[in-house]
Amino acid sequence: MTTGLLIVQLLNGLQLGILLFLVAAGLTLVFGVMDFINLAHGVQYMLGAYLAVTFVSLTGSFVLGLVLALAAALVIGLALEFLVFRHLYERNHLDQVLATFGLILLLNQGVKIVWGAAPLSVPVPEFLAGNVALLDGILYPTYRFALIGSGLAVGALLWFIVEKTRTGMLLRAGASNAPMVSALGVDINKLFMIVFAFGTMLAAFAGAMAAPILSVEPGMGDNILILAFVVIVVGGIGSIRGAFVGALIVGLVDTLGRSFMNDLLRLFMSAPSARAAGAALSSMLIYLVMAIVLYVRPEGLLPAKGRA
Amino acid sequence: MSSADAAAAIPAPTRRRPVIAIILFALLALLPVAVSLGLPPHWLTLLTRAMIFAIAALSLDLILGVGGLVSFGHAAFVGIGAYATGIMITEGQTETLLILPVVVLLCALFGAVTGAVSLRTRGVTFIMITLAFGQMVYFLAQALSAYGGDDGLTLYERSTLLGFEPFKNRTGFYYVVLGVLIACYGLISVIVASRFGRALRAARENATRVAVTGFRVKGIQLLAYVISGMIAGLSGFLLANHTDFVSPAFMSWPRSGELIFMVVLGGVGSLHGAIIGAIAFLLTEDVLSGLTEHWKVIFGPMIVLFVLFTHGGLVGLLRKLGLGRHD
Repeated sequence: MTTGLLIVQLLNGLQLGILLFLVAAGLTLVFGVMDFINLAHGVQYMLGAYLAVTFVSLTGSFVLGLVLALAAALVIGLALEFLVFRHLYERNHLDQVLATFGLILLLNQGVKIVWGAAPLSVPVPEFLAGNVALLDGILYPTYRFALIGSGLAVGALLWFIVEKTRTGMLLRAGASNAPMVSALGVDINKLFMIVFAFGTMLAAFAGAMAAPILSVEPGMGDNILILAFVVIVVGGIGSIRGAFVGALIVGLVDTLGRSFMNDLLRLFMSAPSARAAGAALSSMLIYLVMAIVLYVRPEGLLPAKGRA
Repeated sequence: MSSADAAAAIPAPTRRRPVIAIILFALLALLPVAVSLGLPPHWLTLLTRAMIFAIAALSLDLILGVGGLVSFGHAAFVGIGAYATGIMITEGQTETLLILPVVVLLCALFGAVTGAVSLRTRGVTFIMITLAFGQMVYFLAQALSAYGGDDGLTLYERSTLLGFEPFKNRTGFYYVVLGVLIACYGLISVIVASRFGRALRAARENATRVAVTGFRVKGIQLLAYVISGMIAGLSGFLLANHTDFVSPAFMSWPRSGELIFMVVLGGVGSLHGAIIGAIAFLLTEDVLSGLTEHWKVIFGPMIVLFVLFTHGGLVGLLRKLGLGRHD
């Protein structure tokens, strides 16, 4: 393995980590504040990507398409909140899991009906096409840098909102003790809706940004949802900082594991068995990391303050 | 937090009368007769499959219903059982008496390791972790390129038992599965009624009190998790023989969700509810998928509506209609 390859893979890992962070942040926020486990969060990521496909091709502009896709995703998310999720906040986790599972079946299949089962894609916007030259002549696509940058910017914005604004203060208070916040005269239903809208936008943004580099297909949200669960468990439930750290760990470990496990195992065993074992081991790697973290710290690396 | 609110949905256990279960088993036993009198033989295949899933749902009910542990990775055990069976048959070993111990041991081992880690957490984290471990096995099966990888593994033989071929004949297979189902129901009923089962049930209501009484709660829950996994592995063994095929899709996470739905559909914690739920699920799936290839568009909202508007599942409905015992 060369330094150049290592840098490229580090950037790929960072990029996966950023996407995971955007999805996991919404999920952990909704769970932290509302005590609501939303399996359909991954579907909202998928809808973001599909809506981006439609609106980018309709408008011919990536930025305009992105904005419209986010708006449409928000409308769909709020409709779901009004029709289904709102009635689940008071229910136990088993009911929440089942009802949102039903929504996943519906929306995954619905997407197949509307957009077809074949993978779609969004063209990389022209102003971000091309590559950036890294050291020793290695090229890395500009768009992927833009994705990492915009993800970090959104993360910073999120940090600012949560830590520095009044809404953010209520969010943090809600995550520690929602009944108390409600008792102090805050409209908790409105707060819940804001949190939910936030989470939906983050997931849809991640999906739309991923659309030019990943294939847009039914079920794409399920895989990222489960990775986001791993992120949340590793980082500590309800904690945005934890989600950030967890997402980077999972993104880097997964990407680096997939690219370098073979070479690493080749040091100990023959090439064919290294290939077979490498494929198996690298697909399990993040789950092993999760198991180790849990074994050492069952509450995750950076659990939210004040949670029992 | 969640151990209490998970328990809220589960009716308080009473002394069980297995009347509904006995009627159910009698009806199932008579089905082949109905087929010989002219019912389409499709029913035999469908009900065999339904009973195999009923075994898996029954095992899940032990930890989810009785123990209050919402495991979202139960399909992994079914998959491990199916894959162990499939790989051994592919390698030329069809003897059930050799396959079954491997299946059960592997599931026990997987259950012990993942259970030990998962049970360090509670509530929603437990759901997420069991889901993640289930996905781990799914990806592992996808990476098994020697045994079909993503495409799965077609089996050209079924298991044998001491030279006999109990899985060859459709009616024979049906009765074998029914026998296993009844045995599993009996075994789990005995477990639930035992001191161990009472402690498991009590830990669902209040783990701290049970611990103070002198029980090792984590140990009890772990053992239940392992037992449940072993029984689910058994259903995987039957499933591999039934479909002559194993694939990673057997343990994809929607499968685990479907198992949970079967248990909830029938009524959590009542055991016979898991069987009714599994049969109702597979019948619904069969009818809907006959209507349209997009049957999940109908089925998904059915799950949502079911959760929003019913409590206690189909068994609760039966109770309301005056069948079965009132609590």
